[in-house]
Order: sequence, then structure tokens, then C-alpha cells
Amino acid sequence: MNDLVIELKQVSKSFDGVAILKNIDLEIKKGEFLTLLGPSGCGKTTILRLLAGFETPSSGTVLINGEDMLQIEPEDRHINTVFQSYALFPHMSVFDNVAFGPKIRGVPKAEIATQVMDALRMVKLEHLADRKPAQLSGGQQQRVAIARAVVNKPLVLLLDEPLSALDYKLRKEMQIELKQLQRRLGITFIFVTHDQEEALSMSDRIAVMNAGKIEQLGTPKNIYESPNSLFVARFVGESNILVGEVIKVGDDCVEMRLENKIISLKNTKNFQVSQSVNLLLRPEDLHVYDEDEGIPPEPYLHGIIEEVIYKGTTVDLLIRLDSGKQIAATQFFNEDDPKLDFRMGERVFAGWLEGWEALLPSEAAENSAPVSP
Amino acid sequence: MRVNPLFSFKWFSAGLIWFWLGLFVLVPLLMLLTASFLQRGETEFVKFAFTLENYQRIFNPIYLDVFWNSFYLAAMTTLFCLLLGYPFAFLLARVTGKYKHLLLLFVIIPFWTSSLIRTYAMVIILKTNGVMNSFLQWLGLIQEPIQLLYTPAAVVVGLVYSLLPFMVLPLYATIEKLDIRLIEAAKDLGARNVRIFWSIIIPLTMPGIIAGSMLVFLPALGMFYIPDLLGGAKALLIGNLIQNQFLSARDWPFGAAVSIILVLVMSLLLVLYYFSILRNSNNRDKVGL
Repeated sequence: MNDLVIELKQVSKSFDGVAILKNIDLEIKKGEFLTLLGPSGCGKTTILRLLAGFETPSSGTVLINGEDMLQIEPEDRHINTVFQSYALFPHMSVFDNVAFGPKIRGVPKAEIATQVMDALRMVKLEHLADRKPAQLSGGQQQRVAIARAVVNKPLVLLLDEPLSALDYKLRKEMQIELKQLQRRLGITFIFVTHDQEEALSMSDRIAVMNAGKIEQLGTPKNIYESPNSLFVARFVGESNILVGEVIKVGDDCVEMRLENKIISLKNTKNFQVSQSVNLLLRPEDLHVYDEDEGIPPEPYLHGIIEEVIYKGTTVDLLIRLDSGKQIAATQFFNEDDPKLDFRMGERVFAGWLEGWEALLPSEAAENSAPVSP
Repeated sequence: MRVNPLFSFKWFSAGLIWFWLGLFVLVPLLMLLTASFLQRGETEFVKFAFTLENYQRIFNPIYLDVFWNSFYLAAMTTLFCLLLGYPFAFLLARVTGKYKHLLLLFVIIPFWTSSLIRTYAMVIILKTNGVMNSFLQWLGLIQEPIQLLYTPAAVVVGLVYSLLPFMVLPLYATIEKLDIRLIEAAKDLGARNVRIFWSIIIPLTMPGIIAGSMLVFLPALGMFYIPDLLGGAKALLIGNLIQNQFLSARDWPFGAAVSIILVLVMSLLLVLYYFSILRNSNNRDKVGL
């Protein structure tokens, strides 16, 4: 027996001839917290609906615990969903909402009460069991929805943007609570969101989706530090994207002309001479030096500070490179470095540690769809 | 002093409605109430002498039977309207595109002709040599024409036919508002169709069921021409009783007393309806759907 709880094999789905999912392959391990991250319309919710059984794939196979789900109705799948709208039954009390699943499964009456109250205690709502959903706040309704799903001890819990209706502070709290809950219960969570920060902070693995395909599947660190496409780089966090051309390839290293400068970096993706490349630099990976500090070690870029944005824990700088291109750099306050004092118009160097960049072959469709997260 | 024109328009239109209701509802009702406590006159319609006799007469078993019969037929009518109307309203609410408008048109078309004329059409269908008997004979289901017209069943058929739209429209309004995601949530939790229907769909469409039932039950109690035409002399209902007292028997005080009882019964049902709506709207407000 393998430890995969969900396998999608070459799954496609189209509605009225429009392809929503294109040949999705995805394997999810038992007890994993996997996030489907992508802009609206990328097909992430459709994957959840395929798993829950509300849609059937146009082609391909969905396996849950190794069993083909094609003929299995939603009510027969050992999977529960926390809906985006919560979908609490408005005519039932909180208790009855949570008891709905156990009642159907024929759990003895006395045991239902224990299970329901345990589930409500877990989400800290045992004192509101008699309320109607309409008498609860958004965050409380959210917790009831989680309790209603978790009480059934599902194999997999599907969460469809469950935090999107909550305000910022509550969302932060619920992120931590959900993660702790998942660890405690050991249930596989599949979480759908368009919020990259949420995805990074909660997941074991993230599948970044775009236009019906999985662009990249990996750990949050992997996704953030080594995006394998411009889409992922743009969608997850902020990136400076610089375009260059390879002029020389040596053993293990590649030399490129980039923003009127020649930069030498590790050849990680077998680049060829005269190939066009994209250099991705995270703003927080750039270290900014005053000119009077002397020329920093390579690699670096040269420019003028155009804007200084004070953020409390950081200072964000907008730097106009000599080539005319604007980049962003985030500087952290550091006790050891008292001179974090940047002025507009100052000439600076922006350097980084070699290897902290990501180098990608340029994509033909690069300019077609700029995406802001 | 200048009067705000919007303000005065509000008072004018509200005043007009109050005047109308006062003149044509309140005044006749008060006259009816007064007449119900008066005696029958030899030469006049009423004699101005106080009596409770009219109300005592209602407790005569003959008239109690009429009340019981009326409630029974109205209840049957409501039940059949509900059984026929609910699936149709469900279809109407779930169908999309052009068919929806077509189906809605089917509901509304009957309003274009007088219901009296439509009841005469029912007579033609149900009479001994009518359409229905010919059809059944042609099918070979019956040998001799059977008695369809002038039976309680014919009255119920006629009432259902006339009142069905009043059931369908409120049902349609609530079923359309029913959140499909709640049904999905119930499925997700393991509920099968029968349970979803009884524990989710029925409770959530209850306001429509109650509204539709009121709109069918109340007119069914008072409609006199349908029992008259389709039930013959056999099915004497409250409506017919009242009509007879005023037009044939010329016993206005007794007719008035029966009318007052009917108004009281209807008011009681409306009060119950009002409280059920109040309770329901308390539950549904503010849910994040």
C-alpha cells in the first residue's frame, strides 16, 4: 500500500468546449497540507470540485486511496469540504449543522453529542452551540464550517478559499489555527487560495496554477526561491525581472550582457550563446551600497535612488539603473549597520550573492499576461 | 409655508389607499358585522332589533357540516395544488434560458381569461357526454360514461385548476432563492436526495409553501361559482351558503353572520402566517450567503 491519498492522472475538464483544466497530474500524500495557488479562473476550484465529486473529469482519472472515483457520488466519498461561502444551513442551530454528518452516518445519538461538542470545542465555539448561523460573526461561521467538516474525520479536507471573507487580522489568526489543527488531526488538507502569502505560510507543498495547468509544484521555499517560470516569479512575491543575452558559456558558468553590463553567473539550465534570458531578483535579496563605500563584489548593478519608502521594519528603494530600467530593493534595519540612510538622487550599487538569483530562459509569451498577485 | 412636494405626494397616495380601503372594505365589514346581530325583516332586509340567534343557528349540524365540507375541500385543493405545483415550481426555478420564460408564460396565460369562462370549459370536459368520458371510452378503460360532473371530486379539480398559479408563483419565488451551494454542502456531508429534500429543501422553502397554501386555501373557502357549476346542488360550501342567504333566501342577517365567521377564520390564518414569516426571516437574515 502506498501513502498517496489522492492521484490525478492526466485530468482534463472543459465546460461548453472551454478547457478549464489541461492534463493535470498531481499526487498528494497522506497528512499533507497542499495548496492550490493561482489567479481566479485558473482552475483551482475545479480541481476541488472534481475531488469532492461535484464535477466529473472530461478525461483522465481521479483516484482517492487508490480507488477510481468516476462512478462515486459526492455523498459516498470520504472527503469533506469547507466552502468559500461556508454554506451553513441557516435553519439549523450550530449544533445541528455540525451533527448533520454524524446523523447521516448513523452514529448513535449519545455519541453524536460528544463528537459534535468535541468538534466545537476544537474551534472554540462550544458556548455557541444553540445559536443560529445568522447570529454569528463571519469568523465564527467559518469555524462552524470547519467543525462541520472535521467532525466526520474525513480522509481529505478540501478548503475553498475559506479565509477570503475575513478581515486581515482574523485571517492571520485563522491561518495559524488551521495549520495547527491540520497537524493535530493529521488529515490531508487541500487548500485553495489566490493569496500567495497565505499559501507560503501554511503549506507543505504548493501547486501554482495558471490557465488550467500546474506551473510549478514544490515546497514554499522551492517555489519562492527557484520559480521555474516568469508567471510563478511574478505571482509569488515580488520580483525584478531583467532581460539579457548570453554572450559566452564556460564550464559551469554563463556570461551575459544585461542592462549595459556584463555579468557572469552559474549556468544552471544549460544556456547557449546568444540565447535570451530573464534574470529574476527578489527585492529583499538586493543589498544597496553607497558609492563612497567603494565598489562591491560582483555581481551588482549601478543606478540612482528614485524613491525611498519607509515601511517600519524595512526601507523600500526604487532604483533607476543606468540602462533606464527601474528595480526595487528592500533593505532591512540592522543594528550593526547604522547608516541605513538613503537619499533620493544618490548614486548606489545594488549587489547580491551569486546564486540567490534565478535565471530563466525567456518565454515567447512573456509580455502577454502580466499578473499581479 | 412651502410644503415639500414629495412629502405631500406621499400623504396623498397613502391617503387615497386608506380612503379606498375605508370606503370599500372597512365600511362594508362594519355593516356586515352590524347586520349579523340584527333580525330578519318581513318587508325590509333587516329589522333593527338585537339578537344572537344568527350565530346560534350556525351551530346547527347542517351548517357545521357545510363548514366542515368547505374546509375539507379547501384543504384537499391546497394539498393537490402543492403536490402539482411544487415539482413544477422547482422545474421553473431550475430551468435556464428561453424555456424558463415559456414555462412562466404557461402559468400566467390562465389569467388572461375569466375564471368563470374557464370553469364552464371544465363543465364541457367533465359532463356525461363530455371530452373526458369520450376519451376514457376511446381508450377502452370504461364501457359506459361515468359520473364526473357534480361530484366533490369535480369541485376539487375545478378549484385546483383555477388556483394552481397562486401556489406556483410564491413557490417559484422561494425555490429560486434557494442556494444550490447548501444542497452541495449536504451532499458533501453524505446526505442522499431524500434526506436533502426533507431536511434542507423543504424547510428552506417553507415560506413559499405557507404563502402558496394561504393563497389557495383562503379563496377556495369562499369561491362559490366553482362548486355551483361543477358540484351541482350536492356540494354546498360556505361560499354557496352565503350567496344563497343573500340572493335566494333573502336572510341577510344570517348570511352576514356566516360571512363574519369566515372573515374571522381567515384572519386567524393570516395572523399565523404573519408569525411564521417573522420567525423565518429572523433565521435567514445576515447569513453569509
